[in-house]
Amino acid sequence: MDRQMELLQGTLDMLILKAVSLGPLHGYGILLRIQEISDNHLQIQQGSLYPALYRLEHQGWISSEWGESENKRKAKYYRLSAAGKRRLQAEAKKWNRMADVIAGILRTTPEEV
Amino acid sequence: MSLRSRLRSWTRTLLRRSHAESDMDNELHSHIENYADDLTRTGIPREEALRRARAEFGGIERVKEECRESRGISFTESALQDLRFAFRMLRKSPGFTAVAVLTLALGIGANTAIFSAVNAILFESLPYPHPERVMAIPEVNRDGSRAKTSFGMYRELATRNRSFDALSLFASWQPTVTANGEPQRLEGQRVSWSYFRALGVSPFLGRDFQASDDVLDGPNVVILGYALWQKRFGGDPSIIGNQIKIGETSGTVYSSNDMFTVIGVAPRSFENVLSPSAELWAPLQIDISQHWAWGHWLDMIGRLRPGTTVNQATQELTALGAQVIQTQHPPTYGKEVRYSVISLQDEVTRGVRSALLAVLSAVMLVLLIACVNVTNLLLARGSQRRGEFAMRAALGAGPARLTRQLLTESLLLALIGGVLGLIAAQFGVQAIVALSPPDLPRLSAIQIDRNVFLFALGITTVIGILIGLIPAFRASRNNNSNNLKEVSRQTVGSQRVTRHVLVVAEVAFALVLLVSAGLLLRSLERLFAVPPGFDASRVLSMQIDEVGHRYDPDPVRYRFWVDALDAVKRVPGVESAAFTNALPLSGDGFLDQYGVNFEIDHNPDKADDAMRYAVTPGYFQTMKIPLKRGRFLNEGDRAGAPAVALISESFAKRKFGSTDPLGQRVHIGSPDFWFTVVGVVGNVKQMSLALSEPDAVYTTVNQWQWIETSMSLVVRAHGNAAALAPDIRKAIWSVDKDLPISRVETMDDLIAASAAERQFTLILFEAFGIVALALAAVGIYGVLSGSVTERTREIGIRLALGASPRSILSLIILRGMKLTALGVVIGLAGALAAGQAIASQLFGISPLDVATYSAVTLLLAGIAAIACWIPAQRAARVDPMVALRYE
Repeated sequence: MDRQMELLQGTLDMLILKAVSLGPLHGYGILLRIQEISDNHLQIQQGSLYPALYRLEHQGWISSEWGESENKRKAKYYRLSAAGKRRLQAEAKKWNRMADVIAGILRTTPEEV
Repeated sequence: MSLRSRLRSWTRTLLRRSHAESDMDNELHSHIENYADDLTRTGIPREEALRRARAEFGGIERVKEECRESRGISFTESALQDLRFAFRMLRKSPGFTAVAVLTLALGIGANTAIFSAVNAILFESLPYPHPERVMAIPEVNRDGSRAKTSFGMYRELATRNRSFDALSLFASWQPTVTANGEPQRLEGQRVSWSYFRALGVSPFLGRDFQASDDVLDGPNVVILGYALWQKRFGGDPSIIGNQIKIGETSGTVYSSNDMFTVIGVAPRSFENVLSPSAELWAPLQIDISQHWAWGHWLDMIGRLRPGTTVNQATQELTALGAQVIQTQHPPTYGKEVRYSVISLQDEVTRGVRSALLAVLSAVMLVLLIACVNVTNLLLARGSQRRGEFAMRAALGAGPARLTRQLLTESLLLALIGGVLGLIAAQFGVQAIVALSPPDLPRLSAIQIDRNVFLFALGITTVIGILIGLIPAFRASRNNNSNNLKEVSRQTVGSQRVTRHVLVVAEVAFALVLLVSAGLLLRSLERLFAVPPGFDASRVLSMQIDEVGHRYDPDPVRYRFWVDALDAVKRVPGVESAAFTNALPLSGDGFLDQYGVNFEIDHNPDKADDAMRYAVTPGYFQTMKIPLKRGRFLNEGDRAGAPAVALISESFAKRKFGSTDPLGQRVHIGSPDFWFTVVGVVGNVKQMSLALSEPDAVYTTVNQWQWIETSMSLVVRAHGNAAALAPDIRKAIWSVDKDLPISRVETMDDLIAASAAERQFTLILFEAFGIVALALAAVGIYGVLSGSVTERTREIGIRLALGASPRSILSLIILRGMKLTALGVVIGLAGALAAGQAIASQLFGISPLDVATYSAVTLLLAGIAAIACWIPAQRAARVDPMVALRYE
């Protein structure tokens, strides 16, 4: 478990959008997918997932409908909306720029200053 | 939005809300179960898997609350939730709820009832078209006092002015109407033909008066009030054009033909604010040739032309008046005349405005005290619920949510109080109408209408927020300490300050109200202590009207009065009896002011105004009016004998000083007869106990220029005067069974009624004062005992450190009394202001009356001392160990 990291503040929304961009998922599925695609590196508080989902839905970036889960249980599936798609692209761009900048800063050696 | 669509949208919101809630519930549970399914697959037993799934998920309620927040929960939704919770909380403590709701209901109910009167009388405009243009137009004397106007002046103003669409005169009239053989004395008005035009009212049936009706010896025409038409004439429209028999009682001024043609019926909605009880109207029919044409005995109203200002109208009338005086030299006017043009609304409410506003302020004070009490109750409950708030905060309720919850609770309390208050106000309105003095205008308009309802709703909302703010503020601040532990010690400091403010406010409000009530009470005592000039005990009075000139000529009528008096004197239980044309303190006498001219003045134009009484000789003995000089009138002073008069003591003193008035000769009204003064009698209050008594002259009925057609009988009984009424009525009817007898009242009742307006104000103030006193006593006790309970721990420490119970007792009482003293000081300042505001309601007492102030202060201090002593006593007996363990 030592490979697991706490989620950086503000990144949960982006990860959810990314997870549902790969196909409609229910809440528990989103949790599993994020863990899966992060190679179990990311730990998401189960309780914090749903408020984030409701917030994203309220903002119109994802939409939901009831369906059946793999375990034959009723489950609410979320899918990315058009607005959500644009949002995800913008967030990803911002994140990549930020990551580059931070990485650049961290790469800095004493000679370069 | 219609009511139906509103309901539909509301139910939709409700349905959606419950739908969203169950959705959320399903989703979260499906998450847990999906997870549990996965765990089960790894070999963990189902039970254990579910437990672990739940534990890892965390507090489901907290998640739900966060979800609701992120979903952008609708305001109605959370408000409904708060409301349901508030209902549950109130139901859980029925005692608290009942006390708080009843206290608020009392305050809101009383305020709503009083406001309904104030609104109808002071704020609503008069029920006429363009009421802002209807004006009262009195003459103004040089000293600023008002006078009635004359027909002569009116005639000139009405034809020459350009400021008014209509000017009209009116005078009161008490005719006796005979319908279906039954005579009844009614209130009516004699008016100029333009009266209804000035008010802007057209008849419901028939026609209005026209100029040709209003001339000397013009046709006898009458307009009936709607109620009279319904009651006496069965609402029959064919009455128009028919003749009815209307007997005059004033006899002297109007024509002697007693058949009147009904030309119209006033509309049902017509509210005659100038004489609310008037039920029929006839034209004045005065002519400038008559000798009373220039007398000041008429009231004038007018309807302003659109665009004309009050100032322009005033200037024009005053200028026209000056011209009339210059060209016609009327004997009843001085060098100039000034007119005042006042909106009829202000004129009608002039007498009652200050009293009503004072009552409104008083009832608002009661409401404030009620609010202080309920705030205190809420605070005390807030302390008890501290654990609950901490729990809710821990479960995810933010400070804003807690504040809103508490405000919802206090608003709900206020709302329930408001609904009960509105119900109470219905009864209150009936009580006000029943208690109201007869001259309170617009009585029929007092009701709970839309404005009053909005007022009640408004104060209910304000109260709900007001009483909720302090407890809510406190609870949301406690929240910061963010633990489930009792946090009383941290908050006791600020709690105490709040409580101190409440005690001070309570004492101050109660003091203002009680001082005002005390001042009014003492005024009324003083007023009733004023000697009326006669002995009112065991005296019964009634008015008898001789109908329709049945007894013309005068000697026949005189015979009737004598026979009637003899019959009354024979009734067992009657000590003595007499007739008078004007009964003191009954409202009589406006028409009996005469110019009295003494021979020694050697100037026939110089006249003193005096009240003229025509009485039968036993009047003074019956009323016990004392003889100061000379002799009383007696049976010898009859027609043919030398005409004699008595004058009142004040008149004698003013006119003759220390010299002897006996033997002086006077003209009374007419310059054709001399009366010789044969005696001086004590002064009698005629109009009101509060006014100084008028100068008066007395003659016998028989020696006056005519025999009165309307007289008041006064009877002194051996025992209970009121009980004699049926027998006396029978005795008079034994002489003539067709005579209307009205206003049967004991003189004691008449005196009480003459102070009716003061009494009305007083009753309301007393009621509010008592309520305020009770509320304040309960409130002061509640606040102080609450603060003692909170300090149990401190008291325990003091006791453990060796403080004696006695010192604890004095410590607590002293603190309480210090607060009371501060409240008294603030209250005294408020009472000084209030005393000035009600100064016009006071009589014979200064608004700074020391006795009232000290009595009220002592009373409140006493109550506060008891309120401190009881909890202090309890505190001093506290076992230190118990106290220390208390938290």
